[in-house]
Amino acid sequence: MSFSRRSVLAASAAMGVAPLSRARAQANTIRIGVLNDMSGPYRDISGPYGVACTKQAVAEFGAQGFNVEVINADHQNKPDVGAGLARQWYDQGVDLILDVPTSSVGLAVAQVAKEKNKAYINTGSATSDLTGSACQATTVHWMYDTYMLAKSTGSAMVKAGGDSWFFLTADYAFGHALERDTSAFVKAAGGDVKGAVRYPFPSTSDFSSFLVQAQSSRAKVIGLANAGADTINCIKQAAEFGITRRGTKLAALLMFLADVHALGLQTAQGLVLTESFYWDLNDRTRAVTRRLLPHLSGSYPNMASIANYSATLHFLKAVKDMGVPAAKASGIELINRMKAIPCDDDAFGAGTIRVDGRKLCPSYLFEVKSPAESKGPYDYYKLLGTTPAGEAFRPLNEGNCSLVRS
Amino acid sequence: MLDAIEAILGVPAPLLFGQLLLGLINGAFYAMLSLGLAVIFGLLNIINFTHGAQFMMGAFAAWMLLAWAGLGYWWALLLSPLIVGFSGIILEKLFISRLYKLDHLYGLLLTLGLGLIIEGVFRNEFGSSGLPYRIPAELSGAWDLGFMFMPIYRGWVVVAALFFCIATWLIIEKTRLGAYLRAATERAELVQAFGINVPRMITLTYGAGVALAAVAGVLAAPIYSVNPQMGSNLIIVVFAVVVIGGMGSILGSIITGFGLGIVEGLTKVYYPEASATVIFVIMAIVLLARPAGLFGRA
Repeated sequence: MSFSRRSVLAASAAMGVAPLSRARAQANTIRIGVLNDMSGPYRDISGPYGVACTKQAVAEFGAQGFNVEVINADHQNKPDVGAGLARQWYDQGVDLILDVPTSSVGLAVAQVAKEKNKAYINTGSATSDLTGSACQATTVHWMYDTYMLAKSTGSAMVKAGGDSWFFLTADYAFGHALERDTSAFVKAAGGDVKGAVRYPFPSTSDFSSFLVQAQSSRAKVIGLANAGADTINCIKQAAEFGITRRGTKLAALLMFLADVHALGLQTAQGLVLTESFYWDLNDRTRAVTRRLLPHLSGSYPNMASIANYSATLHFLKAVKDMGVPAAKASGIELINRMKAIPCDDDAFGAGTIRVDGRKLCPSYLFEVKSPAESKGPYDYYKLLGTTPAGEAFRPLNEGNCSLVRS
Repeated sequence: MLDAIEAILGVPAPLLFGQLLLGLINGAFYAMLSLGLAVIFGLLNIINFTHGAQFMMGAFAAWMLLAWAGLGYWWALLLSPLIVGFSGIILEKLFISRLYKLDHLYGLLLTLGLGLIIEGVFRNEFGSSGLPYRIPAELSGAWDLGFMFMPIYRGWVVVAALFFCIATWLIIEKTRLGAYLRAATERAELVQAFGINVPRMITLTYGAGVALAAVAGVLAAPIYSVNPQMGSNLIIVVFAVVVIGGMGSILGSIITGFGLGIVEGLTKVYYPEASATVIFVIMAIVLLARPAGLFGRA
């Protein structure tokens, strides 16, 4: 095989051109990185389902003159792993990091986003510090936080007569925030906090010892300031030790549809919990669930997984509104644009994003149905009450967020 | 009297008794799991890091038997160890048997890798939030002991664990089969020269050790959430138990298992934040003072 001078020239020209066109395609591509737990205790809450919901939003948004690429990774619930991946992604041109459950990781990634001036939407962590003392101009916190859970579930329990509490708290940022926010509501409603046990996370699977301690405090309510498999184990073991049968109430302060599914209605019935989404709330939520189901391998969406759908739609709307080059240039400007335009989607309905990064939506208080009341797959919740978007979250001036004062 | 105890210990006496009892129950799981590890290490010289995954498989087998075949808890207690033990035998034949001549480290890496793979496959298939498994009707309910409410099932766990521990110890220390096993541990070639099929004995021992993990898994299914990571939470603690008791010491692992369960239970009262760490602190101290473990032979 021989090379003519012309073919060599043509080849070198082509080689020079190819990266250019690739660069142009890169410049016109918005990259979304879904960073969550793909292998640990919080996998079923979002994990692969959160990724599927993000992709569904991209598909529904359709072609609007720019490409959208979705990538994902597992942060293993470790702040150092999460922050490392976030730094790498932002450096490689990822425009938005989404999801990020586990509050310690969620807070770490918020720092990285601020450093890099890139957009960050958290739909997984619960700590209310994300829009409080740790708020950033690059952060939006989507559908829930510890304050909203505490207000909805905590106040409802005190109102129903549960005026003395004992907390079982996962010993990390999320557990502490949930215990702190719930204690404040219990005390404000005239209740009394008798004590708390902070147990090591995530290496605890036997809670009987802590449950017995909680019971011997004679508190009327045992507040579970934990999530996922820990909450499931607590509820299972509380039933085993006859704690609920003897009149002590359990407050599952953070529980998702997937957790109820794992417990089974027989054990979970009667529990009171708060979510900001349920698939069977209204026609719009049923419609979006129908569209999502083929991609969720048999499971139903909960507020965390579907928040990725809702957040992605709103983010893409803002990108389209300001143009891709401007969106890529500054995370702060992009987030400001998201705050300026109103949100509306089938999952959470109409809403807004506040200056401190808090997305506002109503919160719903549910009771888990008994096996007899449940008519079909995932027919698990009865609606007890609704807190409107304006009242569901911490008032703007009480969060100590630096963005609010300026 | 009780007031005096409370004054000395700083916590109400009923609470303390309750915690001691709960510690004993957790100790039962530690004892059963570390027993299987000790048996396997004693004879195969393999540090079986797949043990946690095999404990989890035991629980899952119980769930599958119920959900897919309609067979309840008692059948599971019989069949699940057989099924999981058989899977262990296949594992030993296919992979582990190739490593006996190499350093311990290779066995550790292989079994750790296998454990991660098994866990990953289950997670892919069943998700991470777990499956429900109910306490059998005969064992549900509870006794009121005065100082605490004691679920009958937890009492059963302690009894069953003690039974399996003592039975294993008796087989190994007091029977002819046990004598062969112990002899093969010391001088495999010599035992083989007497016409005993040592490789087959080793394979069956591995299967038996794995079956013990599966029994613990079935016992755990009604108490803990049946999920793919249930074994990895326990296995590190159980390894510490084995190291403290002395690698390969059967009696050592039983006694340390129950003992450390109690120590952990007490830590949960006095300083709950450290309850996951206390066993490792003890392990460090034991390794410094008696490197062969409390019951090991140096």
